[in-house]
Amino acid sequence: MKKVNLTCIECPIGCDITVEIDGEKVLSVQGNACQRGKLYVSNEVVCPVRVLTTTVKTQNGKMLPVKSNKPIKKADIFVAMEKINGVVAKTPIKIGERVIADIFDGVDIIACADVE
Amino acid sequence: MKVYDVVIIGGGPAGLAAAVSAYDSGAESVLILERDDVLGGILNQCIHNGFGLTRFKESMTGPEYADRFIKEVRKRNIEVKLKTTVLDLCEDKTVTAINEREGVFFVRGKAVILAMGCRERSRGALNVAGTRVAGVYSAGTAQKYVNVKGFLPGKNVVILGSGDIGLIMARRMTLEGAKVHAVCEIMPHSSGLKRNIVQCLNDFDIPLYLNHTITRIDGDARVTGVQISKVDQNKKPILGSEFYIPCDTVLFSVGLIPENELSKNAGVELSPKTKGAVVYQNRETSISGIFACGNVLQVHDLVDFVSEEAELAGKSASEYARRGDREKDCVNCIAKDKITYVLPQKIDKNQSGNVTLFFRANGVYKNCRVVVENDGQEVLSLKKRVVVPGEMERVILTEKIIKALNGDLTLKIVE
Ligand SMILES: Cc1cc2nc3c(=O)[nH]c(=O)nc-3n(C[C@H](O)[C@H](O)[C@H](O)COP(=O)(O)OP(=O)(O)OC[C@H]3O[C@@H](n4cnc5c(N)ncnc54)[C@H](O)[C@@H]3O)c2cc1C
Ligand code: SF4
Repeated sequence: MKKVNLTCIECPIGCDITVEIDGEKVLSVQGNACQRGKLYVSNEVVCPVRVLTTTVKTQNGKMLPVKSNKPIKKADIFVAMEKINGVVAKTPIKIGERVIADIFDGVDIIACADVE
Repeated sequence: MKVYDVVIIGGGPAGLAAAVSAYDSGAESVLILERDDVLGGILNQCIHNGFGLTRFKESMTGPEYADRFIKEVRKRNIEVKLKTTVLDLCEDKTVTAINEREGVFFVRGKAVILAMGCRERSRGALNVAGTRVAGVYSAGTAQKYVNVKGFLPGKNVVILGSGDIGLIMARRMTLEGAKVHAVCEIMPHSSGLKRNIVQCLNDFDIPLYLNHTITRIDGDARVTGVQISKVDQNKKPILGSEFYIPCDTVLFSVGLIPENELSKNAGVELSPKTKGAVVYQNRETSISGIFACGNVLQVHDLVDFVSEEAELAGKSASEYARRGDREKDCVNCIAKDKITYVLPQKIDKNQSGNVTLFFRANGVYKNCRVVVENDGQEVLSLKKRVVVPGEMERVILTEKIIKALNGDLTLKIVE
């Protein structure tokens, strides 16, 4: 059994949370002001994940802000960046439209703005 | 000269929310003047997520948050002039502006809303030794290069200042293939949010040097390296503590100041503390009919609160356009012990409704009370687990308290 101290990144408050774990099993969670914090640390001790936000080039030369529609494994982030930087998005494109389908296990990269 | 009910200077989140709110509360002609070629202000370059958690209960990127408001503006009969820079504002609410189609032109607002946002403090304000070489940028400028223009301003980076923009750029440049060697912070604590320390620095093993500053920048045509020193309690560099990091880029992330040149020209009274206008609870400035909201008024940490403040200013401006000036019965709100500033700085007792006082603490205080006093008596006291300078706090005064006020009101923190 061991104790891990983590800072929740789900909102600007940034609660300091203490998690007791036994291997991959979470025994107790303390210090979180809400349930999102509990979910965050439970993931964080097993397999940290992050929503990735970046940009892609578009056909008309403008940069398009994009994000992963679900969190991806922290360890996969640089691989994802390489794939995204190899893509040129078709225009026009609307906010929410898919730019890259299924970059990892069912995660899509989607547009965060409209580009003409 | 064309006269509008409400003219809004700046089309960032503050200007957008103010426009929608002014229109919805009855203003018949609303005009937004924006110097950029798109609406959305600084949000267009803030491609990271974390916006909108309070307002929309979801984590959005800056452009997504802006898009919600831009679409609301487009749904209404609100006039927008892009690529239009406001050059001057007069006390009589005449606005001088310029664009390619119309040249220099004038419009008048029955009410005018200031929503010009803020700009970054420059290196000049910091006094770092060294020649003026290429490769030194403010963090916000670098953010615009990477996120909007699509090029990386350098490969080996050192960042001075641990404000949120600097932290976010440390991650952003790392993702795009640069190596960020260090973030130096002269204070013993970071001025950025804890979540940004975790997800922008710790995630990528970027070292944060607290109590450290850059004491020299080397290079002829381009930066070649920086000297970093530890500082003592008085923020003076400690001799012998220097170390050297070779790099080609230095980013400064040392805070924001409201962009108030236009306000000054018009004669709007500014607060030395916030560097923004002195306002009443309806966000009216010292010049009747001129209102202010968003980062031009006070530097906000969260865009959600910018929108909230702008909606208040928009509603007030539309009321003013309809009814004109009304007599005020004014009391001052004064920041006392452990408080940097309070906003609004003035309360008009003739206005109805509750008043929310926003304030910032001047240090970290645990298990304290926020106390509002008037006429030698405590009118309100609020327990707080912790207050920090990085987060704007608020207390709500009910209409009943306001009506009973006798003279100025003070706000303080008691430990
Ligand atoms: C880098 C950065 C990261 C941030 N991260 C977060 C975050 O993660 N979460 C969060 O909630 N908030 C964040 N914020 C805060 C939030 O984005 C700002 O508080 C908000 O954008 C301020 O809105 P505004 O409309 O007052 O100013 P701005 O967005 O700056 O808009 C002002 C507009 O006025 C225009 N303007 C100025 N002068 C003139 C003139 N003379 N004539 C015509 N137009 C003019 C400008 O072009 C601009 O479009 C961040 C801010 C920055 C700078
Ligand atoms: S636990 Fe809840 S309140 Fe605390 S930082 Fe996480 S999301 Fe925010």
